Amino acid sequence: MGRTIAEKILLAHTDKKDIAPGQFIEATVDIALGNDITAPIAIEEFKKAGFSRVFDRSKIVLVPDHFAPAKDLRSANQCKILANFAKEQKIKNYFEIGCMGIEHALLPELGLVLPGDLVIGADSHTCTYGALGVYSTGIGSTDLARSFVDGKCWFKVPGSIKFIYKGKLNKWVGGKDLILFTIGKIGVDGALYKAMEFCGPVIRKLGMDDRFAMSNMAIEAGGRAGIIEPDDITKEYVSKFKRKMRFYKSDPDAKYDKVYEWDVTDLEPQVACPHLPSNVKPVSELKDIKVDQVVIGSCTNGRISDLRISAKILKNKKIAPGLKLIVFPATQKIYLEAVKEGLAEIFVKAGGVFSTPTCGPCLGGHMGILTEGEVALATTNRNFIGRMGSPKSFVYLSNPAVAAASAITGKITHPDKI
Amino acid sequence: MILKGKVHKFGDDINTDDIISAKYLVSTDPKELGSHCMEAIAPDFVKKVAVGDIIIAGNNFGCGSSREHAPVAIKGCGVSAVIAKSFAAIFFRNAINIGLPFLESDAVDKINEGDIIEIDLNSGLIKNLTTNQSFKTQGFPKFLQELVTEGGLMNWIKKTGGR
Repeated sequence: MGRTIAEKILLAHTDKKDIAPGQFIEATVDIALGNDITAPIAIEEFKKAGFSRVFDRSKIVLVPDHFAPAKDLRSANQCKILANFAKEQKIKNYFEIGCMGIEHALLPELGLVLPGDLVIGADSHTCTYGALGVYSTGIGSTDLARSFVDGKCWFKVPGSIKFIYKGKLNKWVGGKDLILFTIGKIGVDGALYKAMEFCGPVIRKLGMDDRFAMSNMAIEAGGRAGIIEPDDITKEYVSKFKRKMRFYKSDPDAKYDKVYEWDVTDLEPQVACPHLPSNVKPVSELKDIKVDQVVIGSCTNGRISDLRISAKILKNKKIAPGLKLIVFPATQKIYLEAVKEGLAEIFVKAGGVFSTPTCGPCLGGHMGILTEGEVALATTNRNFIGRMGSPKSFVYLSNPAVAAASAITGKITHPDKI
Repeated sequence: MILKGKVHKFGDDINTDDIISAKYLVSTDPKELGSHCMEAIAPDFVKKVAVGDIIIAGNNFGCGSSREHAPVAIKGCGVSAVIAKSFAAIFFRNAINIGLPFLESDAVDKINEGDIIEIDLNSGLIKNLTTNQSFKTQGFPKFLQELVTEGGLMNWIKKTGGR
């Protein structure tokens, strides 16, 4: 019987002849990732268990990005634990703030994750790399500690769900809308323990940044992975990288637990309302939702095309009086591109702030915490109770175009209205 | 292993931000994390919870982030086990890896806030001592049982050297 991409990549990283959904396996990973929140526990566990040397220093990536640049003394200590461990173990792929970025934008940008890889990360949005035809998945700190020892991780082989998108996308509709629409349809546990596979003619035309936004939020439906079959668009993205890669395709007779097929021709920009990413409505159904803060950025939508589309809408405009606009590019490279292209100037002239890369506001860490009663529209990935600050604040999620348009009017707004 | 405790009941989709807010992730100390467990959705929870108590919840418990601080906070505030209809995948593996006992069961519909229950982790039997009802659940698969018996992933790897 045929295999899905997820099954093929997992199998290729074991010493087994065959694997099947539901089976527990041990597999060797290509990259193991940790950040300033999760890696300190992993490092502590690794040392507590009596180990002193990591299995392969070239396969470990450490990115202080959540509370970095350090927001306070305690987060400075956490970042320092990563820096010290990287130095002690001679881990090359440790990224200080001047060369960092939000991990899930940074790793693909640097070619540290490539098609066919098996990647684990102690961060739930590690599923982002599925956009490149990688099997990547979020794990915990202890899993990361164990991978430091022997490069391995235990997996329960997931069944796969296929999502086929047909038709032609409207203007202002992209990867973020497709994934919000999907989560709205299947719910926050609609793909629990499953590998999601995004395909169909709409996906084939989607650029890499939109694909990353889709795969990024697979976890918001409970998915272990959000995989897109690599094609010419993928090939172009990874062509400059030298490390060995492999383009897997699902077999025509591969077995799926479910297949969803949608014509998305009439889809309008989607907005997830408080307090779940599945509470999704088309933007035109949201009338008079006043917004105090707009946040554009994150591992979901902080890439250059996200900033370009936002700047296009905000050019020569002013944001609504009293509104706070925070734009944070996902990496230093994107930051520099945004400066060179004049995008940073557009954001600042519109009345927004242009921040250094950080996960900060997305998880209520720093750089834009919400107080009681405040409403944010964010291009981030979660809108749980208290996600961006006070448990009495409200977070809506959208694509960057809706976020930029809403910053101008001060209410959740369809970009066509600008 | 038999665990017995008072029930604290929660609904569906209890996420890791509910269990422990990101602002507390500057700590790795179980006691400190435990003192903020469920703070955003149930501010009185840590005042009410006693050592050995059991959390009962609906579907998709622990969805959201990969933060291992979530099961650590639950353990840190004294909770002995979690029973839910289903668990999010990363929370599931984190709980296994750090040795927080849990069971998957639809029996949660028949267990109420404040009930005293007893669970046998080996047999998967849940007894509601308040209502005198018993429920059979499926125990863990062999591989996971091995991890739990060894006292978590790092102890297992130390002993077996992996596979």
